[in-house]
Amino acid sequence: MTAADDAWGHASELRRQVEAVEPGRRADLLARTAQDLRATIVRTVAGAGIGHLGGDLSVIDILTTLYFGVLRVRPDEPGWADRDRLILSKGHSAVSLYAVLARAGFMPEGLLQQFACPLSPLGAHPNRRKVPGVEANTGALGHGLPFGVGCALAARMDGSSRRVFVVLGDGELQEGSNWEAAMLAGHRRLVQLTAVVDRNGLQQGARTEDTNRLEPLADKWRSFGWEVEKVDGHDHGALLAVLTRSPADRPRCVLARTVKGKGVSFMEGRAEWHHRVPVLAQVEAALKELAG
Amino acid sequence: MSDEGMSSVVAPATFDCRVAFGEELMELARRDRRVLAVCNDSVASSNLAAFAKELPDRFVNVGIAEQDMVGVAAGLANAGYIPFVCAGAAFLTGRALEQIKDDLAYGNWHVVLCGMSPGMSYGELGPTHHSIEDVAWLRAISNVTVIVPADPIQTRASVRWAAGADHPVYLRIGRFKVPRVTPEGAELDIERAMELRSGDDLCIMATGTMISRALEAASRLEGRRYRVRVLALATVKPLDAEALVRAASETRRVVTVEEGVVDGGMGSAVAALLSQRCPVPMRILGVPEFAPTGNPGFLLDHFGLNAVGIEAAALELLA
Repeated sequence: MTAADDAWGHASELRRQVEAVEPGRRADLLARTAQDLRATIVRTVAGAGIGHLGGDLSVIDILTTLYFGVLRVRPDEPGWADRDRLILSKGHSAVSLYAVLARAGFMPEGLLQQFACPLSPLGAHPNRRKVPGVEANTGALGHGLPFGVGCALAARMDGSSRRVFVVLGDGELQEGSNWEAAMLAGHRRLVQLTAVVDRNGLQQGARTEDTNRLEPLADKWRSFGWEVEKVDGHDHGALLAVLTRSPADRPRCVLARTVKGKGVSFMEGRAEWHHRVPVLAQVEAALKELAG
Repeated sequence: MSDEGMSSVVAPATFDCRVAFGEELMELARRDRRVLAVCNDSVASSNLAAFAKELPDRFVNVGIAEQDMVGVAAGLANAGYIPFVCAGAAFLTGRALEQIKDDLAYGNWHVVLCGMSPGMSYGELGPTHHSIEDVAWLRAISNVTVIVPADPIQTRASVRWAAGADHPVYLRIGRFKVPRVTPEGAELDIERAMELRSGDDLCIMATGTMISRALEAASRLEGRRYRVRVLALATVKPLDAEALVRAASETRRVVTVEEGVVDGGMGSAVAALLSQRCPVPMRILGVPEFAPTGNPGFLLDHFGLNAVGIEAAALELLA
């Protein structure tokens, strides 16, 4: 077995495929995967009668790119000590995380049908004690970044080059705990830490800028000692480029511009789809659009 | 200091438990590289200066940011480290309560929360700095063990026990100087209630700073021909249920006393247990409200948390 074989011996089938295709085609493969996972997400939320579709659909391209193009994780060994860490701070997008974890092989895809059922391991917010691959019990907002800072400090103590990614909602940046963590990460120059903000511009009931203004958001992160990159959060090539780039001399914040409800025309950019559940006709219409 | 309530003429030596805490944590960290100290700028008040000097790479000072501190500790535990998170008890528990509940307890990470200078030990600094609610708050959260060591020996044992646990632990590390209450050569099991004095007329169940005062009260009651049992509870959650039920059934009267809120504290826990398994008349002594201005000794006397106050509560039950 070569060293390269060994490095990929535990990776998911799809992760290996992405790595095997020529770089120019990786984005296409990720895009097709994300589109397929969108359909899975719509079916899962509709089946359970509960979920946060708008945010699931805005973040799924980010999660797909991370799990199948960036992260060094082992679905057959979720507790592998030197794995990269992915913390979904916006825990209400649990369905998108479950869909990706299932596709990666952390759990059987059929388990998604049990989402939010009584006693199911798959609650509407993720529980790391029930779901392999989940690092932190998120759901209350503003908890992921401090956790990720701890993970990055631990990696440094271990002398490991493993990376830590925290996926944040934009609305949750109104929680002060994020900025406590951002300050520490900047101060300590935690280069292995990357925050990805799903900047869909909407919180539960309204635009972030109408509720409690976040802009100028890039300036805020920079002033806390972070490098900032802005990307189209639905452009897999752009996401792949920035997320695989070597760490700089400070933590990195990726402001990923996204559309809430992305991929389903009647959900896109509409705050009411934050946690609305589609009726049957809407499910059929959504799946038809996603298949097209 | 008033001599009221003190029967001995020569005051016994007293100890600030933070000293034993710092020494034991240092010894532990020298043996086990997983042990870390995490703090919120409280380097001096948590007695961590020696740790920071000897093991700077395993010392994490997050600055004055308790929510971040607890979340960071959970992330460190995710990599297999055992963070001892040290901060003034009031700020550690109150400010970061949701992080304690979600990040530590629900996630069930092995993190040791060390609430320094609890109760009213900050005296004149007032209720913002007093931590009288911590035991009630932490007791309400699943997966968390709550320990209130009473003297340097129990403090050291608690630190060692907590390092070997596999879930979150809250240690309440006293600043108010206390005499040694653990008997010489006693076999110390921090999870069990320890009988410090035998008797069958009434049982006083006490934690932390109140244990020496409970013993004093028992001596005074002996002068009135009452034989009073004293149980020292280090682990408040989970309670040593069998020992407590046995004590209640054998003495038929129970007084609890703690330097913390009456509502939801150790006394409430004991009452909940005994009301279901061995109902007996009780008195629950603790801090009933925000404290006025005063030094710690004054405040304890103000709320009757001394030998005279405990004796009076006992006499009500014995009448």
